[in-house]
Amino acid sequence: MQNYDIVVIGGGPAGLAAAAEAKKSGIDSILILERDHDLGGILNQCIHNGFGLHTFKEELTGPEYAQRFMDEVFDLKIEYKLNTMVMDITADKIVTAMNKTDGMFQIQAKAVILAMGCRERPRGALNIPGYRPAGIFSAGTAQRLVNIEGYMPGKEVVILGSGDIGLIMARRMTLEGAKVKVVAELMPYSGGLKRNIVQCLDDYGIPLKLSHTVVDIEGKERVTGITIAEVGPDMKPIPGTEEYYSCDTLLLSCGLLPENELSKTAGVELSPITSGPVVNDSLETNIEGIFACGNVLHVHDLVDFVSQEAANAGKNAAKYVKNGKTASTKEVKIKAACGVRYTVPCTIRPEEMDDTVTVRFRVGQVFKDSAITMYFGDEQVLKRKKQIMAPGEMEQVIIQKSKLADFPDISEITVKIETA
Amino acid sequence: MEKRVLTCIGCPLGCTITVEMDNGEIKSLTGNTCKRGDDYARKEVTHPTRIVTSTVRITEGEIPMVSCKTAADIPKEKIMDIMKCINEATASAPIKIGDVLVENVAGTGVNVIATKDVKAS
Amino acid sequence: MIYDVIIIGAGVSGCAAARELSRYQLNVCVLEREEDVCSGTSKANSAIIHAGFDAPAGSLMAKLNVEGNEMMDDLCRDLDIPFKRNGSLVVCIHKEELDGLKELYDRGVQNGVKDLKILSKEEVHKMEPNLSDNVEGALYAPTGGIICPFILNIAMAENANVNGVDFRFNTEVESLKRDDAGIWHIRTCTGEYLTKYVVNAAGVYADQFHNMVSENKIHITPRRGDYCLLDKEMGGHVSCTIFPQPTKFGKGVLVSPTVHGNLIVGPTAIDIEDKDSTATTAEGISSLIEKAGMNVKDLPVGRKVITSFAGLRAHEDHHEFIIEELKDAPGFIDCAGIESPGLSSSPAIGRMVKDILCERIKPVEKEDWIATRKGILNPTELSLEERNELIKKEPAYGQIICRCESVSEGEILDAIRRPLGARSLDGVKRRTRAGMGRCQAGFCSPRVMEILHNELGIPMEKITKSGGKSVIAPDLLKVQKGGEA
Repeated sequence: MQNYDIVVIGGGPAGLAAAAEAKKSGIDSILILERDHDLGGILNQCIHNGFGLHTFKEELTGPEYAQRFMDEVFDLKIEYKLNTMVMDITADKIVTAMNKTDGMFQIQAKAVILAMGCRERPRGALNIPGYRPAGIFSAGTAQRLVNIEGYMPGKEVVILGSGDIGLIMARRMTLEGAKVKVVAELMPYSGGLKRNIVQCLDDYGIPLKLSHTVVDIEGKERVTGITIAEVGPDMKPIPGTEEYYSCDTLLLSCGLLPENELSKTAGVELSPITSGPVVNDSLETNIEGIFACGNVLHVHDLVDFVSQEAANAGKNAAKYVKNGKTASTKEVKIKAACGVRYTVPCTIRPEEMDDTVTVRFRVGQVFKDSAITMYFGDEQVLKRKKQIMAPGEMEQVIIQKSKLADFPDISEITVKIETA
Repeated sequence: MEKRVLTCIGCPLGCTITVEMDNGEIKSLTGNTCKRGDDYARKEVTHPTRIVTSTVRITEGEIPMVSCKTAADIPKEKIMDIMKCINEATASAPIKIGDVLVENVAGTGVNVIATKDVKAS
Repeated sequence: MIYDVIIIGAGVSGCAAARELSRYQLNVCVLEREEDVCSGTSKANSAIIHAGFDAPAGSLMAKLNVEGNEMMDDLCRDLDIPFKRNGSLVVCIHKEELDGLKELYDRGVQNGVKDLKILSKEEVHKMEPNLSDNVEGALYAPTGGIICPFILNIAMAENANVNGVDFRFNTEVESLKRDDAGIWHIRTCTGEYLTKYVVNAAGVYADQFHNMVSENKIHITPRRGDYCLLDKEMGGHVSCTIFPQPTKFGKGVLVSPTVHGNLIVGPTAIDIEDKDSTATTAEGISSLIEKAGMNVKDLPVGRKVITSFAGLRAHEDHHEFIIEELKDAPGFIDCAGIESPGLSSSPAIGRMVKDILCERIKPVEKEDWIATRKGILNPTELSLEERNELIKKEPAYGQIICRCESVSEGEILDAIRRPLGARSLDGVKRRTRAGMGRCQAGFCSPRVMEILHNELGIPMEKITKSGGKSVIAPDLLKVQKGGEA
């Protein structure tokens, strides 16, 4: 068995930032395990621009953003293994992994950082009726085929789901010569950025149909047509509103799910809302020494926030390796209420926490002219007005250690959306 | 008088901004809730620009495609002309981020540059 | 050449017959219109080995079900097929219908089903804690089992092929007739085949071929069954296969673990006209969820479904297997009306077809018949040391291609290289499970395409999901004219 202080599972944006920060925090023995043939994760196929405005104050494409973090990892001489699949993680932090050259091997780690990212929701989970022909792709799979492998999945396209990947793929397919006939969105609002709706759909005259879903897939071998229909407030299709589009391709962009199968093998507790680990302010899971960050923890809107969060996880994992387990102290629960779907972290330790802790969350619906409020116990400590909040974008509040110290007896912090 | 209706991309609010134009001159601009909306709409109706990102097929690389972008904003109406040039371009590995793949693409004065390092196979 | 026997259809019945016939010195050929074995009814069903208490006493269905069930242990051992006797429970949710269980019990005993037992409410809830509280009692059949239907079909085909049976894929039979010399001329889309005997194992199309050669017409209705497959997380929700009490429409909606650890819910029973119409419907899927919930509680059918699909049962009007040589068409052996419990009966169906033909042909047994087949290695069953040994020898076993089901490149290469190997994504999927997991091939399909391309020399843009026109990515981008790609 090999030994490392920190093993980082995943070499995408989260894993790279976590490893770099852990190294800068004084830990030398770090290993990144990446299942793909390249570091950078999903950013390699996100060739559009718009990344890194927060981090680098300029707009980069996905591969450029990834390269900056890869360069840092190279400069810091952090070890990594590519084409390496982690098969199992135990609660004792024994990581079992496999690749062609090393075979199956085990590593005893002092700390583990989970940075496996997320996957797309497949058709099955959407319960779309109809045939099961070729020509149905998750948007990300199509993105990989087009941008990395250089193949066109089809010529006439219908897209279900107006999340950013769906919108980005509408433009990509159009630029590469396909006809994107319509983007249908089940919800009455788009989960994507306004900028993407304008620059990916409006620029090319692609219609966006809100409150619509796919009700039939036609074609026994390859897709030959798609029928969409309007849905009522109960999300059920309204008879008589069916519209048929002849096409050879259906792209699905219907949400992302944190990929936590490995976390489960280690006994990591998961949130039913985010499908990611339940973590405290140091991004540590219920299993001591196992930390989580990035899209495996909760699906982010911007990669900048992934990098920030991951750096934090890296720093905290380093601290854990150096200092060992902190004496178990009080934990305060952060409760998500009134329109706030969840918070990350879920608990905060008033004594061990950093001077400030960023609590990230998403809202459950579109809120206009409302306010984010935070309560320490019963006392409102924050009220921040927001003209608009939407489920597609993450929100945040910052908890100050000094302020929390004024409330020595509280057992709960609440984050809510209220009228402004 | 020409009327243009835009959706502001500044924030999730997505204000619907109406611009009235006469002979290319802005006569009125309504519907925005902030300064950013005003700036956006003015630029969008007079000289809208975009960054174009795509891929170029390469030879002798360890992967078949290299991602690329226009090094600066280009006029929106040139997008499809630029795509045509990008589709006809070739390059061979090794390639470094920033390498010029197409010079002065479609006469815009802007280069198309690589956005990824590609090692030779 | 004139074959001794041509089998129409490479489903589970046709391949069972092919394997049985491969024991003899006969020239046997299987004609299949799809690109692979197991492409029709055999690929989309409940994956259950029924105990045999359902079919009417004295029926051929009952006889072959019980026989097939009994043959399954040896067959699965010999051919390396995933199979488990997890037991079946028919649950009763209305006190007044408890008598029905006794009726079923009696029928089962008559049919020769072993070890049947009626369980009280307490007993059954103790056995299956996730049954609905309404369950008042159950019939327990410990001989009921679960199987990988793909591998059952594929393994029998591979073994038949290794023993000399020819398989012709993408070969759709258009018509057939018997000449004056008693030779059958089978016209297909790829040319004419000659044979002394024909076995009609064409599933939902068996009536068409039967009716081409016989005056005694039969009629097969495609009876569609919609299914949902749930995430492996739910695989332990029940341990037995849970059936409702049967009605005249069939065995009803079952809830069962699969042999690979998922949970399956289905089927519906919807009679249709189109013999290829395997499209699911929203109503079908939602009715499943409702019906399954009557017998099993806490089914998170919405969130944990990884895929839904539909299969067609070949329902003959008299609901009985037809396995016989036609009186008015000598040399034409029907293997028709093979609906549930067809999968369970398949080894016995194959044996019966063989017996009919042996009676006529009196063939000589091969001395070198190979009775066993080794399946694709499952590295997860190896120890760490064994696995390392394997990867050292075959590095491809160290590269995971399908993350969800942990399928390595080595397994996929084996699936392509072995007899009657995979030629499409679905072919790889059915042999290795790559793409069958929770992400439903989102991640691995580009990689499996690449492996198929490298192994078979099929251009990437011609790789299919399941043969024919089911091309995945039809165009190569930005290839310069005259230049190289």
